[in-house]
Amino acid sequence: MNSLWPITVATLNKDVRLEWRSKDAINSMLFFSLLVVVIFSFSFDPLAEESRHIVGGLIWVAFLFAAVVALNQTWARELRNQVLDAYRVSPAPANALFLAKAVGNFLFVSLLELLMTPLFIIFYNLRPLGPAWQLVPIAALGTWALVVNGTFFAAISLRTRSREIMLPLLLFPISIPAIIGMVEATTVLLTGESSARFWIVLLLTYDVVFTTACLALFEAILHAE
Amino acid sequence: MKRLFPILAVLTALLLVFALYQALVVAPTERTMGDVQRIFYYHVPSAWTAFLLFLVNLVASVVYLVKRNPIADALAVVSAEVGVVFCTVVLVTGPIWARPVWGIWWTWDIRLTSTLVLWLIYVSYLMLRRFSDSAQTPVLAAALAIFGALDVPLVYFSIWYFRTQHPQPVIGGGGSIDPRMLRVLMINWMAFLCFAFLMCWSRYRLETLHREVEEAEALETLLDVR
Repeated sequence: MNSLWPITVATLNKDVRLEWRSKDAINSMLFFSLLVVVIFSFSFDPLAEESRHIVGGLIWVAFLFAAVVALNQTWARELRNQVLDAYRVSPAPANALFLAKAVGNFLFVSLLELLMTPLFIIFYNLRPLGPAWQLVPIAALGTWALVVNGTFFAAISLRTRSREIMLPLLLFPISIPAIIGMVEATTVLLTGESSARFWIVLLLTYDVVFTTACLALFEAILHAE
Repeated sequence: MKRLFPILAVLTALLLVFALYQALVVAPTERTMGDVQRIFYYHVPSAWTAFLLFLVNLVASVVYLVKRNPIADALAVVSAEVGVVFCTVVLVTGPIWARPVWGIWWTWDIRLTSTLVLWLIYVSYLMLRRFSDSAQTPVLAAALAIFGALDVPLVYFSIWYFRTQHPQPVIGGGGSIDPRMLRVLMINWMAFLCFAFLMCWSRYRLETLHREVEEAEALETLLDVR
């Protein structure tokens, strides 16, 4: 157990450095969500007052799809040169690897959100009518909800045929409560109609439940043979 | 055991016919909805059977993860497959009833939406099993089944809060049920449970045969290589 943190930090460090040098995941996510922003703008009048009710959903759908792009690359990198097999036979705790990957994805997707949100505000002329600071905990909890399960399911879909398409098929149904939570919380803040407290509690519960489940089951998944 | 199967099949068929007669003829006609209400005797037992099978799937998955018992894994596949069939029946009969009674095929109400999400989760479970044909499949599937079960209460609460925020059509919840109707409902549920059990049994036999064939083939390849 005492080797958990050093190994987590080392793996995270390696992943962040790899991403910093290649910028594969962040570039594809950014361009992908930019495309979503532009294409969605044709499906309704983006500057109308009513679009306030839709944009919360739209932002999260864009981030969700973009996150899948990054999540799919999480483990693919470790397949080259049999890194994952090496990890399997090493005495390093499986959860250290999982935590490093999940935190890494969390950082990448958060960075994406940080860069994309101003663009959404400009393109859709957004001005939150509720307490805007609450968007920060909502984004953090929502992103973790997507990323923790996404990292886990990416490890599952790694073992299947056509793994790129398998990840969203597994991730989306399980993520429905989290997506409802993120979308509704954001909409409530944009429209300022009611409080987002229930949704923050829901997201927090979702995060706690599934982080525990991932940590409890990841070892079985990693060593599944 | 093998001789028991046709006997049970005949008994189930008889029970299903009896239940059909009870539902269509014996059960009293509902006062406001009329005869269309009789679909209730198929809709509700299917739903209960599906939920029961999903529960069996969860228990079998947990047992598999703990004990790595291949029988538990076979039970998990079987219960998920048959459960999805019954859940589909629920999702199809629901709109058929809703159209004349509510005037719409579908509403994004709590019970409908959560059943749909449950169906989606178990379809994704079956897709995972279909797309990973290796020795790892049982572990991966068992993990997904546990995730799905953990998700169910969260789905329920999120949709409950989400939909009570908005106006919705009034659903005939609460109220009391005629004891004669309840009796017919229970007879139908018994018939459906027997039918589900029968389906699970034959599917289980198919699954074990399938595994035996796979093992034999693997053994044959090994011998060939030598």
